[in-house]
Amino acid sequence: MRIARRALAALLLPAPAFAQASARVVVIGGGFGGATAARSLARAGIATTLVEANPTYTACPFSNAVIAGLRPMEAQRFGYDALRAEGVSVVHQRATGVDATAKRVILADGTVLPFDRALVSPGIELRFDALPGYDEAASRAMPHAWQAGAQTELLAAQLAAMPDGGTVIMAVPPNPYRCPPGPYERASLIAHFLKSRKPRSKLLVLDAKDVFSKQRLFEAAWAALYPGLLEYVPLAMGGRVTEVDAKARRVTTDFGSHEGAVVNVIPPQRAGAIAQAAGLADRSGWCPVDPSSFESRLVPGVHVIGDAIIAGAMPKSAFAAHAQARVAVAAMVAMLRGAPVPAARLLNTCYSLVAPGYGISVAGVYRPANGVLADIPGAGGTSPLDAPASVREAEAHYAEDWFATITADAFA
Amino acid sequence: MRALALALLLMAAPAFSQEAPLGASTCLGCHSPVRADAAIPSLRGRDAAEVAAAMREFREGTRPATLMDRLAKGFTEAETQAIAAWITR
Repeated sequence: MRIARRALAALLLPAPAFAQASARVVVIGGGFGGATAARSLARAGIATTLVEANPTYTACPFSNAVIAGLRPMEAQRFGYDALRAEGVSVVHQRATGVDATAKRVILADGTVLPFDRALVSPGIELRFDALPGYDEAASRAMPHAWQAGAQTELLAAQLAAMPDGGTVIMAVPPNPYRCPPGPYERASLIAHFLKSRKPRSKLLVLDAKDVFSKQRLFEAAWAALYPGLLEYVPLAMGGRVTEVDAKARRVTTDFGSHEGAVVNVIPPQRAGAIAQAAGLADRSGWCPVDPSSFESRLVPGVHVIGDAIIAGAMPKSAFAAHAQARVAVAAMVAMLRGAPVPAARLLNTCYSLVAPGYGISVAGVYRPANGVLADIPGAGGTSPLDAPASVREAEAHYAEDWFATITADAFA
Repeated sequence: MRALALALLLMAAPAFSQEAPLGASTCLGCHSPVRADAAIPSLRGRDAAEVAAAMREFREGTRPATLMDRLAKGFTEAETQAIAAWITR
């Protein structure tokens, strides 16, 4: 059917479509944003190459459930065979540079990939220079588990091995960072793990800020489900971690120091390495983009999506990366045709689990305004504070369904 | 033969993602066009007028929802109708 459609399109579409059909796009990064974009570009008849170092993608959403022993790691892994089957050329190499003037991407082995337009979906890079004592070596003792994979399994193993009666410490960074409600979902599910498996243990959450996503919902759930087990310390109460000692599993705050049986440090972040190398990031470490086309404001002809961008009100989430991929591809196809960029409207939905069968959500609708993506007033918001258990259960169920759908759309 | 080819073309054309009306392509983050067993329903093949009516009720708060009441408020009636026509195709 697809081939028949292509043949018909080639036969019947007017002349400008032929120029577009021969256009080449290189996509760097095979996460939710990059995989969705590559697939959408190929479906639009564009010769698409996806550059992704890893042969398997490990998804972050639901990885907190893996950490808490509620979900197998295999459920997080996805491959690229379906993209290949749709005609995407998938190259498992690391991209080392983007030459926007010569319009080519350079790979680690020296391969050069020419493009008419490029799309970079680089995700995040953890900053191992931002928190004294926390470098890559320290992350092997105090896992961040903020990029899913070996780190996820390390934190899960540490929790499984710790003695009952120990203290788990989480250090949560200031904004902006990947997945705004993620640390609080993780705190909830670790608390659930401790409550059911190691009930004499405690969880201490040290936060570098005072307000966070879905805060009232999380705090109400913590008070109901994990009283005396989960202690949350905001910035104003000395929650900011200023230094860590990986050997001693000790963290220092403005007000004192704490030692943990398990310490999870989520460090500050910036756009992924290729964004820095390609000059797509500004001094903040993140990438400024046009909110309608997602074209870089620093490097013309190169589009950037996902966690790496400065997106205004839109959060750094898998849903957002997927939505931005769709909108960026529509813009790129139009630009390759010489047509105007379509108007943009984007959705986001983020589910969090506070316990098995207890889900909460935040949603938003966004449009370009004043050069960034702005909330549409009156739309969006969080689950109600007073919802019955049946609604929490439905949202937990929908969270799993969302994951199945978005991973199918990107990878299956 | 020519009529068949045109009919096929008309069927196939809206499948290209760039032709989605304002906001519609990002609905696919939850509403799968391919997962028939999904709890969040696929809207493909549904009646467009019914989908638009449901969205109106979500927007006005007269239809029970966990989340669609919050998202529906981000679209006007005309925008909703265009999305409904596209997502049910």
